[in-house]
Amino acid sequence: MHPVLRTVLQRLGLGVLTLIVVSVVIFSSLELLPGGYAENILGQGATPETVANFKKELGLDRPAYVRYFEWIGGVAQGDFGASYSGVGGTNKREVAHVIAPRLYNTFFLAILTAIIAVPLSLFLGVMAALYRNSWYDRIVNAVTLTTIAAPEFLIAYLLMLLFALKWKWFPSLSTVGETTPFFEHLYRAALPAITLTLVIVAHMMRMTRAALINLLASPYMEMAKLKGVPAREAIVKHALPNAWAPIATVVAFNLAYLVVGVVIVEVVYVYPGIGQLMVDSVSSRDMPVVQACALIFAATYILLNLSADVVSIITNPRLLHPK
Amino acid sequence: MSTDNKRVKGETVLEIRDLKIEGNSDGVWHPIVKGVDVTLKRGEVLGLIGESGAGKSTIGLAAMGFARPGCRIVGGTIMFDGIDLRKASEAQKRDLWGSRIAYVAQSAAAAFNPAHTLIDQTVETAVRHGIMTREQAEADARDLYKRLQLPKPDTIGDRFPHQVSGGQLQRAMTAMAMACRPDLIIFDEPTTALDVTTQVEVLAAMRDIVEQFNTAAIYITHDLAVVAQMADRIMVLLRGKEVEQAPTRQMLKQPTQDYTKTLWAVRKLAKEESISDDIALRVHNVDASYGGMVKVLDNVTVQLPRGRTVAVVGESGSGKSTLARAITGLLPPMKGEVYFNGKPLPKALKDRDKDTLRRIQMIYQSADTSLNPRQTIRDLIGRPIEFYHGIKGAACDRAVAELLDAIELNESYIDRLPGELSGGQKQRISIARALAAKPEIIICDEVTSALDQIVQEEILTLLMKLQKETNVSYLFITHDIATVRAISDEIVVMHQGKVVQQGPKTKVLNPPYPAYTELLLSSVPEMDPDWLTNLLAKRAKGKVKA
Repeated sequence: MHPVLRTVLQRLGLGVLTLIVVSVVIFSSLELLPGGYAENILGQGATPETVANFKKELGLDRPAYVRYFEWIGGVAQGDFGASYSGVGGTNKREVAHVIAPRLYNTFFLAILTAIIAVPLSLFLGVMAALYRNSWYDRIVNAVTLTTIAAPEFLIAYLLMLLFALKWKWFPSLSTVGETTPFFEHLYRAALPAITLTLVIVAHMMRMTRAALINLLASPYMEMAKLKGVPAREAIVKHALPNAWAPIATVVAFNLAYLVVGVVIVEVVYVYPGIGQLMVDSVSSRDMPVVQACALIFAATYILLNLSADVVSIITNPRLLHPK
Repeated sequence: MSTDNKRVKGETVLEIRDLKIEGNSDGVWHPIVKGVDVTLKRGEVLGLIGESGAGKSTIGLAAMGFARPGCRIVGGTIMFDGIDLRKASEAQKRDLWGSRIAYVAQSAAAAFNPAHTLIDQTVETAVRHGIMTREQAEADARDLYKRLQLPKPDTIGDRFPHQVSGGQLQRAMTAMAMACRPDLIIFDEPTTALDVTTQVEVLAAMRDIVEQFNTAAIYITHDLAVVAQMADRIMVLLRGKEVEQAPTRQMLKQPTQDYTKTLWAVRKLAKEESISDDIALRVHNVDASYGGMVKVLDNVTVQLPRGRTVAVVGESGSGKSTLARAITGLLPPMKGEVYFNGKPLPKALKDRDKDTLRRIQMIYQSADTSLNPRQTIRDLIGRPIEFYHGIKGAACDRAVAELLDAIELNESYIDRLPGELSGGQKQRISIARALAAKPEIIICDEVTSALDQIVQEEILTLLMKLQKETNVSYLFITHDIATVRAISDEIVVMHQGKVVQQGPKTKVLNPPYPAYTELLLSSVPEMDPDWLTNLLAKRAKGKVKA
């Protein structure tokens, strides 16, 4: 078996193991939360008997380990269970159905942001490495560091003020539904995407710059120069192929952030993403939804880190073509 | 493009006048090349020789109109074939670099880009400069690989740098330099990082191809015997100035300057061999490996008599340093025993008591990396004194001062940091640190390899003096036969993890030889300018016979 394939399979196996550990952690930490769905719904006036009855209806009277295995067994078969919010009523709500549209919106926004932010960071990083310590380098660094240092909501409101209220290029609220057409969705998600881009560009750009500058002193870069290769071509052709591993790690980290960490931006733009759903579900103690969200977040991290590892393997000839 | 374009011999291709270069350290510019003239004709090879800091590489790069970051060319003219390189624009220089002036770097392993195949890098210049199409350039590269006697010349180019050996890489880099048939090649210590056995082939290949294409070359090295094979003319440099310059044979026979004579004299240090049966350390049938199936040591038996020096010689990868790791317990052997004063040593380092640790000390090749740059000399030498002998405070300082005297430095060094010392002084500090433990055995792992020859001699003389005073035994790992001649009583020859031979120095260095010892010894360059030619002729004859 090719070593790359073996590594990928190994990491996938480890990923599944990690997910199992994560599922235990999620489940037990949610068990430790004070209060519960029943208390929350029935309010302070509820008698202990009504609470107990309601819990029985939800299946919460059984021991935690039974419920855990029931849940994880379902997840293994693709069944995330039913949301508490539909229990007892006529319309039972599957967690998968609650999450799917929200997840689509989140991935839509994440991918849109990634398409803008990743090439932009690479370009800015390569240029900053090429013209290091110049005015260009300083300005790019200053601007990106400012945007990463400013709170997300501030950037969001500033952009809204300028682009939505003053110039009216984009809508101020990004409400989308399942029936929103693709291009309409794109248009409405533009401001959140730009906000997120500003938040993540600095990190990726600075890593690209640092990884490249780190290589500029290596003898093969001097060799390239002494072979008559111009500086820009030398950086792109001789330095960048050796810099992918650290860049990919940072890109993966930031992409994961786009999936799991954008709740503030979602709230500001009223964008119906998964972050918002998870926060709502935590406050109402709708455990099946919270658990599913947390598992999805964990899986996202694991898969993106795996991709970063794969990138660093396939861009390293020592690993791709062993002796 | 024709492969053997004859150029007019005797026409001047490079003329450097009164070259002055400054280097920056801590924000201050100070001169490193102080007015050097170089004239080079087509087809001529000029050897630049000198110790580190003589400005050899700086001059070599300046001949391309290039100064490394932290250096600047401040005076003189550099005329390459009618073009003033000091006045040329970056774009003009880029047009010349790679196509008309090429560079061969010291470490091919570092100078090849690990991300691209050899052939991609070989053809890059020719294609970039628009001299050939990609197909033509590839065909030409394969032809060059063949001329440089690389194995499988048709496919070796598809390999990545890490997939070929150091000697092959160095030849591939020569092919890369030759790709555009330049008028001038700068060889910057191209064989310094290679084993002697590999060096012979690379030298022969480089000399051949320079002759075939009638290319002018500057050959930079600190190894006199190597430059004697390669150069038509030799220039000796000292601290950025020319000491003298003459045709190779004349320079070897009658150097006129005192400094040159001291360079020539270095290799005369020799120790009277003395044999002893009092064995301090015996490595018995040891196997070792770094995991996996490959045995790095294969049934190795070595004896180290008390108060004597045993030199371990062999190429890189022969297991010399692994032997040191097995003895010190850093790499516990898989099989066999290490006997110390007749008793078996615990295999792993962590199972040995403090007193055993004290008795076996080690000195490493690079004092730069083995001395903590943040610790003063007092801490560096005082630490083993305190750790092994429990001496503290003023008494410890006195002991450090005594050791500094022993290594021919003095008390005034006690508060300095390693960064304030020269390479030779740093290696002396490493020696003092090993001595501080009052060991019975010191393992010296290539301790003089990174030093200039004159400094090497000083260090070796010091080690011999200390041996006389303390009766310490040295296991001296080296790839340098001259060093072996200088200091050893006995010699162990290693090859591919096995001991080829152990015996007294005079026996090992004189016939009859085992085959590998003969190969190793015959590959050591000699000062005779005909040495390489004769050796190749002899080996060719041997091959025909076999």
